[in-house]
Amino acid sequence: MLNKNIYLILIISLVFAISFWIGSNVNLLPAEASINAPIYDELFKILFITGLIIFIGMTIAVIYSLFKFRKRNDQIGDGIALEGNLSLEIVWTIIPSIIVLLIGLYSYNIYDRMGGMKELNHNHEMMSSNSEKIWAGISQTSDNELAINNLSIEVSAMQFAFLFNYPKGNFISGELHVPVDQKVLMKMESKDVIHAFWVPEFRIKQDIIPGQPTILNFTPTKVGKYPIICAELCGPYHGGMRASIIVEEESDYNEWFNKNKKPEVNL
Amino acid sequence: MTISIDPQKTNNESLQPKGWIRYFSFSLDHKVIGIQYLVCGFLFYLIGGTLASAIRIELASPMSDFMPRDVYNQVLTLHGTIMIFLWIVPVVNGAFGNYLIPFYVGARDMAFPRLNAVAFWLIPPSGLMLVASYFVEGAAQAGWTAYPPLSITTPQSGQIIWILSVLLLGGSSIFGGINFIATIIKLRRPGLKLMQLPMYCWAMLGTSLLVVLSTPVLAGTLILLSFDIIANTGFFNPVLGGNVVVYQHLFWFYSHPAVYIMVLPAFGLVSEILPVHARKPLFGYTTMVFSIMGIVVLGLVVWAHHMFTSGTPPWMRLFFTIATAFIAVPTGIKFFNWVATLWGGKISINSAILFSCGFIINFVFGGITGVALAQVPFDIHVHDTYFVVAHFHYIVYGGTVFIIFSSIYHWFPKVTGKMLNEKLGILHFIITFIGFNLCFAPQHWLGLNGMPRRVAEYDPQFQFVNQISSLGALLMAISTIPFLINVFLSVRNGKNAGDNPWNALTPEWLTSSPPPVENWAGEAPLVEEPYGYGKEISEQK
Amino acid sequence: MTTLDSSKEIQKNNSEINETHEDFRMFGLITFLIADGMTFAGFFAAYLTYKAVNPLPDGAIYELELPIPTLNTILLLVSSATFHKAGKALLKDKNSDSQKWLFFTAFLGIIFLICQLFEYFHLPFGLTDNLFASTFYALTGFHGLHVTLGTLMILIIAWQSRINGGRLTSQNMFPLEAVELYWHFVDGIWVVLFIILYLL
Repeated sequence: MLNKNIYLILIISLVFAISFWIGSNVNLLPAEASINAPIYDELFKILFITGLIIFIGMTIAVIYSLFKFRKRNDQIGDGIALEGNLSLEIVWTIIPSIIVLLIGLYSYNIYDRMGGMKELNHNHEMMSSNSEKIWAGISQTSDNELAINNLSIEVSAMQFAFLFNYPKGNFISGELHVPVDQKVLMKMESKDVIHAFWVPEFRIKQDIIPGQPTILNFTPTKVGKYPIICAELCGPYHGGMRASIIVEEESDYNEWFNKNKKPEVNL
Repeated sequence: MTISIDPQKTNNESLQPKGWIRYFSFSLDHKVIGIQYLVCGFLFYLIGGTLASAIRIELASPMSDFMPRDVYNQVLTLHGTIMIFLWIVPVVNGAFGNYLIPFYVGARDMAFPRLNAVAFWLIPPSGLMLVASYFVEGAAQAGWTAYPPLSITTPQSGQIIWILSVLLLGGSSIFGGINFIATIIKLRRPGLKLMQLPMYCWAMLGTSLLVVLSTPVLAGTLILLSFDIIANTGFFNPVLGGNVVVYQHLFWFYSHPAVYIMVLPAFGLVSEILPVHARKPLFGYTTMVFSIMGIVVLGLVVWAHHMFTSGTPPWMRLFFTIATAFIAVPTGIKFFNWVATLWGGKISINSAILFSCGFIINFVFGGITGVALAQVPFDIHVHDTYFVVAHFHYIVYGGTVFIIFSSIYHWFPKVTGKMLNEKLGILHFIITFIGFNLCFAPQHWLGLNGMPRRVAEYDPQFQFVNQISSLGALLMAISTIPFLINVFLSVRNGKNAGDNPWNALTPEWLTSSPPPVENWAGEAPLVEEPYGYGKEISEQK
Repeated sequence: MTTLDSSKEIQKNNSEINETHEDFRMFGLITFLIADGMTFAGFFAAYLTYKAVNPLPDGAIYELELPIPTLNTILLLVSSATFHKAGKALLKDKNSDSQKWLFFTAFLGIIFLICQLFEYFHLPFGLTDNLFASTFYALTGFHGLHVTLGTLMILIIAWQSRINGGRLTSQNMFPLEAVELYWHFVDGIWVVLFIILYLL
């Protein structure tokens, strides 16, 4: 009996060790290029390790039972008439509940750190008229910041392209240029069907909905060129609906901005 | 009030066609209807599988070069719709439910045999209509979710036929659900208590409740959508002041429970198969019943987790995250109980048990990714990507379809009186299991790294992984060959099975194989312990 | 084949067993009505969400007058009572009384439908004018469809309750009970609809 317990403990610790090793050494995610990304990857790691422990544990249990308790040729009759075990049932009700609850609270914390729990439905005249109801995607900005932020971009999506309007420079671009390490504010609206704005390296996504503007904020942290992908089926050329986001040093960004800037036209 | 049922009147054998021709008739026999569902569903599975192969061929190269882009969208729409509404839902509910439930409750037929036949005969015409819509003006191309405004702006005839077809299939599903509820609750043999029913009855009761409560909402939604398309109203059309998110709420109010409509019956079936082949009682019967009902209740209040990126208020996201993640608890209980059922048994290693264990492994994997997807911040990155595609297929293919095959291996001797060939069956399992995992496991990585779903063209850096996935799909296509050979050979000259080849205790095995028209010679047996393995009763046999 | 031979034997045995079971057609009907109610629930949910989220655009007309729908509410409530009377009469084997009450109920249903159509023709908005107009027509139209169906069924059972040769008797109450339950259900839906659409 003691022997059996030692084996069990050994196997369980081995499963944990393997899961932790895989979880910390196997990278399944693309580069981290926004301040959201490391937070997201932290959650991913926890979920990955927990998932691996459960999956490896269950797989071992199934394969072991199939092997250990297989019917040998000389055997007749049935297995033991065990119909249940209340304490076991309680254990495997409570432990998963606790795990699920902890994961839920943890992901709530992560989501809060990403800025997802902020209500953005009230007073920021700069972005919306009062009658419009805006639903936020992820935002890391307080209302004060919103009012003074320079980098507000209006995104409009249509079949099958994204257009980025820089109101401060009075021009429209097909590529999204942003300076590194600065908060970017986007108000997005679709001209026809539902699209979605997704930058895998930033770990953010928000649907772009016709008739209902959405807001998305992010802060890029790494200079480079990343794809913007439409993630909501929007028609035959859905797969080709892509754009690029170019994160550059502030000086490069300013140069690009001033080159494209158009004087305000007073009508 | 009671009404007397003359057995000759409800199922007059002289009026019912005999032989194989009865499978093409408006038969009222629940067993015939069950087989009709199964074979009809399998034919649609072959069509849906062909469409899936076309998708994987297209995705073997990063360019859109195999078929025109709009045809690709039609193919993926038809694939989803056919697999869900014409294969999985009719087969796990209609086929096995109709065949087994009357046996399990000790009845001679379903509660409403005529309604039952009507429910089945709604399926072939609507399925054929759906497939035929491709040849009219092109099939629907807005995905099986048919999100407006895309579904309003794509060619109308295809979308309208799609709606009509899904409405008919929904009606069929509701009629079936009403029938199952009435049969399980009202038609039980005298003396048979609810808590003595085999687990599949409970699973079907839960499923039917979900069908009755949620399918009508889908019907209403699709009626509104068809008004938007035909009559130019603006329910979901933002140009006319409509609201596209309302459609998503109403649609997912059905379509999330639809996942449980596809999966709960599989839970029931695996609970029947494991104890028989492991020669052990089902572990934790009572908790299994409560966990089914827990899944039913939670399943109705989690729909908005499909909409974390479509503009829902934060409090809603938090609620739906927690509610969704908690479904893992009753589901987890079931899986622990199944492993505990295997533990200490005398397991005959055969195709049925292998497919069931394959189901456990695949479903645990799909369940874990499901809990991850329930977390808002996680979902925001992978929503609408191949990660979701992979998760979903782990649940419905790795889960339910594995159980459909397991059930076919388990109940084939019951239905035909012949055994299936075990060697071909195990070959079928090995190819399916490897092919399935090869096809879908890499798709998790694709989703995490930036490949959205429903695309015909993608970033060339994903080509290699996509080709592995396509190779897996090829293996899955090949795996149906040994299965079909097996079935055809065994029907013609399979080994004689006898009445109860597995020495099982559930009621359907306590009659001849194949069963007579009214299920039992004489009175239906009272089976108080359908899982009483290892006890005196079974040892006496 | 062995199947047919064995089943014939059993057929012989079966005919000796006189089996009875409870009449659960009513149970099936109730389940169906729950499902039907869920369709309405979906429509109501959509309407209430629109009301909460989508403001009426400028210049759009969506005004409802109360008199006709109030009259309609009364008509339906009275018809529920008359239907009940018909059932009571049939139970006492007064078939002709029952038939009269049934025809009266059907008549009330027809008046309801006429009033509904009258309202449709005099409303200041059409089906596609705006979101609320569309939802209004969809909800009342779907309900009107139920009333039409119910009226037709009442006329059928009224015909069947004729004294000579009718199938509806105090021994065979099911058709009447089923239609009555359905009719009460349709009335109940109307009351909810009246409150949500007209009063809120």
